[in-house]
Amino acid sequence: MSLDLHVVIDALKTNLPDTILDVKTFRGETTLLIKKEKIREVCHYLKKDFDFKFVVDITAVDYLEFKRPRFEVIYYLHRFGPEFDENMRIRLKVEVSEEDLKVDSVVPVWSGANWLEREVYDMFGIEFVGHPDLRRILMPEDYEPFPLRKDFDVRDREASKKSFERALREGE
Amino acid sequence: MGVNMNSVLGGDGFITTKLSAFANWGRKNSLWPMPFGTACCAIEMMGVFASRFDLSRFGAEVARFSPRQADLMIVSGTITYKMASVCRRIYEQMPEPKWVIAMGSCTCGGGPFDSYAVVQGIDEFLPVDVYVGGCPPRPEALIDAVMKIQKKIEMQGAPLV
Ligand code: SF4
Repeated sequence: MSLDLHVVIDALKTNLPDTILDVKTFRGETTLLIKKEKIREVCHYLKKDFDFKFVVDITAVDYLEFKRPRFEVIYYLHRFGPEFDENMRIRLKVEVSEEDLKVDSVVPVWSGANWLEREVYDMFGIEFVGHPDLRRILMPEDYEPFPLRKDFDVRDREASKKSFERALREGE
Repeated sequence: MGVNMNSVLGGDGFITTKLSAFANWGRKNSLWPMPFGTACCAIEMMGVFASRFDLSRFGAEVARFSPRQADLMIVSGTITYKMASVCRRIYEQMPEPKWVIAMGSCTCGGGPFDSYAVVQGIDEFLPVDVYVGGCPPRPEALIDAVMKIQKKIEMQGAPLV
């Protein structure tokens, strides 16, 4: 029996009502907009009941003045079907407003989400509640700005220089 | 420098020279590079060490991954500010006298990465002796840089102690 994404979405709708705010399909890719408070629950359900074992990537978008709420955190999940046509990929989105930059961490669901969430935190400053070790992963630990935010000037090297000089002083 | 073949004084002959010229002659023909490869340029540097281009023809084939055994730092690749302090530290661990080659556009001036994380030229924190442009430079260009370092050692040298 081949499994269809519709089956997954319908099951989500019946078992976790009021979690899906929107379903979009574009060029064969399905995106679900999930209520922010429910993201961990949805991920857990998808992993447990539909075997979405692999969190491919977690990333974020800053829409700045184009959209409210300002940020979106995006999850790419993959399911390795026993049959070839049961391989499945789904994209989940949650909206995060500037006033409340917090999302539940999905590390309890997939430990592979650890570094991915750290990267989102590093680049966008979105905090993952329940993450075991939320530190910067790419930029120096005392670095202050969040470089992938759209209101950050990508050529602004002052903060990097400051971290570099501190590292020199302290011999790191 | 003078050559004397007088058989009374030892048979095989001898050379007279200045001690500093002799030391610099030895230094320039036995450079021990410390390869600091951080990106694509490092591949080209490996090519220089390997048999096709063969840096050992210039006496510089003993790539040392310990800075304490090296006297020529070849910085090849993009240097970020986070890496810069490490690079600087490794440079400081090298014994005197020492020389630095900046290989590739990235090390010379940031290359294609005009961004918040990348150092716009390693001369912000290292004394560079020879700059090699190119993205990446051809191996011949790096060999030319090593030859320029040799020339510099020959002409300027370094204090004996
Ligand atoms: S100069 Fe070009 S080839 Fe060399 S490290 Fe930079 S980007 Fe790579």
